[in-house]
Amino acid sequence: MAREVNSSSLVASIRKQRPETASFLLDVSAEAPPGITILFGPSGAGKSTLLDCVAGLARPDAGKIAIGEEVLFDSEMHVEVPPQKRRVAYVFQTLALFPHLTVEENIQYGLTDISGQDRHARIEEILEAFHIGKLRNQKPAQISGGERQRTALARSLVTEPRMLLLDEPLTGLDAELKAAIVEDLRAWNAAKRIPILYVTHSREEVDALGERVIAIDNGRVVSRGAPMEVLDAPRRKRLALAAGFENLLSGTVLDLRELDGVMRIRLGESQCEIEVPLAHASAADAVQIAIRAGDILLASERPRGLSARNILEGRMLSLEQRGAMCIARVDCGVTFVVHVTPGAVRALELAAEKRVWLVLKTHSCHLVD
Amino acid sequence: MSSISLSFELAGCVAVILLLTGMPIAYWLAYSNWRSKFLLESIVALPLVLPPTVLGFYASLAMGPRGLLGKLWIALFGHGLAFTFGGLVLASVVYSFPFAVQPLIASFEGIDRKLLDASAVLGAGRWRTFRRVILPLSLPGVVTALVLSFAHTLGEFGVVLMVGGNLAGVTRTVSIEIYDHVEALEYGEANQLALLLLAIAFGVLCLVYAVNRRVWTPAWLRWPGK
Repeated sequence: MAREVNSSSLVASIRKQRPETASFLLDVSAEAPPGITILFGPSGAGKSTLLDCVAGLARPDAGKIAIGEEVLFDSEMHVEVPPQKRRVAYVFQTLALFPHLTVEENIQYGLTDISGQDRHARIEEILEAFHIGKLRNQKPAQISGGERQRTALARSLVTEPRMLLLDEPLTGLDAELKAAIVEDLRAWNAAKRIPILYVTHSREEVDALGERVIAIDNGRVVSRGAPMEVLDAPRRKRLALAAGFENLLSGTVLDLRELDGVMRIRLGESQCEIEVPLAHASAADAVQIAIRAGDILLASERPRGLSARNILEGRMLSLEQRGAMCIARVDCGVTFVVHVTPGAVRALELAAEKRVWLVLKTHSCHLVD
Repeated sequence: MSSISLSFELAGCVAVILLLTGMPIAYWLAYSNWRSKFLLESIVALPLVLPPTVLGFYASLAMGPRGLLGKLWIALFGHGLAFTFGGLVLASVVYSFPFAVQPLIASFEGIDRKLLDASAVLGAGRWRTFRRVILPLSLPGVVTALVLSFAHTLGEFGVVLMVGGNLAGVTRTVSIEIYDHVEALEYGEANQLALLLLAIAFGVLCLVYAVNRRVWTPAWLRWPGK
């Protein structure tokens, strides 16, 4: 069983220079077993270029791409299977539904080599699986965003591809609709078991979908593993920003306390000092610290008796409500962004200029490159 | 044959030939990555800037009994090409070429490349992509190409005069007949034909602009959202 699953994994190891920006080099090795693998990273990291290479729409300068035993591209052996013959389905961010064809005609488009009866059954099955049977005679402009996304997925999957590439296909949908579509996709894949490479830079989608994450930045794979491992301890600044670390602070190492497993950092030019987990650094080194706005506690009096090592006094700069969340900016010598609930704002009578204390756990402070 | 039906026959032949020959050339110009394709683009656009007399001059030389085309034609059909309807069609095709090719290039280039990529990953080869995606989505461009090359051929004068001469029923088109009437001071007759050409030209341009501005779209050209 394990061997069977392994035999249809995507294995890609490619290098590609972008023609328009000579300095950009995509140089990645990626593996995607059956199931959903998330490709995560800031925009411009090279995610879409990687997908284009796998689909055959772009040609790597060197490397090899294979799905199971079948080699799709090999620069040394001069193998390059054209996109038409790869059986790699690709759903673009713009979806690229054919505007002049109905939903059913769009879905039929890739089914040329199978005959009437079979074809009909396949179309009915996929219309059913993605809940778009009622729309079959509508054109893409007449249906909603979520319905278009379902149609694009159905059009790709009806061809029974060997693998599926998804380039931020659910952008712009509300969370509920997204979850429903993801559920349909999961259900479909539970039966077919093909590798799905899913590009996103939305943290929510990673949490909803993620079995495995490959994080890429500036053309390189920077980490891979389970979503929690990759995204909760980002080791790179751009990745930290993309993964939703609102506070990125520069500091200087003051001293290392090996016995306690921590080191002290002075933030920026301020008098503000915090304790962070020990890392490979020495005194006077410049470092970057990433802290989630949601990981910081806010108090209206100086807290006592806490295990948290970092308690910083500061002054509220501003308070802004966004949906069910308030974003507070606090000046402690450097500015912190803190997320609090509207209830907490009322209970603590938070307002601009108010004196507050921030509480940071040592292990909520992540060192990034 | 009257000059009016002759003109229409000529324009119709030219428009159909131009659509068939213009499409592969426009396809190539729109999608090729060849760096020197500006050369072909320039050649296609030449008739826009050349005086018809220059084109007509070289065309009549080539079609003459000592020209390459003329010799070929004689070898194939046993008679010369100059001062025949065939010669007129050939010269007109060259002269109206940009009017067919440029709208086709514009509409091919206007198609979202992602649609072509989507077609490729769904397994469709070039011909199927052209037939199922590019052609239906560029129908307004096809209509424009057809109508403009028809109208432009209908109104040409210099090339017809140089290549076709002025043979009644063979190469005497409406525009030439107007010239003859004016020469003979028959202003009444000249005016009738001139008004006819004016009305046709205006009607045809209205059709082109209405289709492109989507003020009015014929049923066979219609798809929602566009």
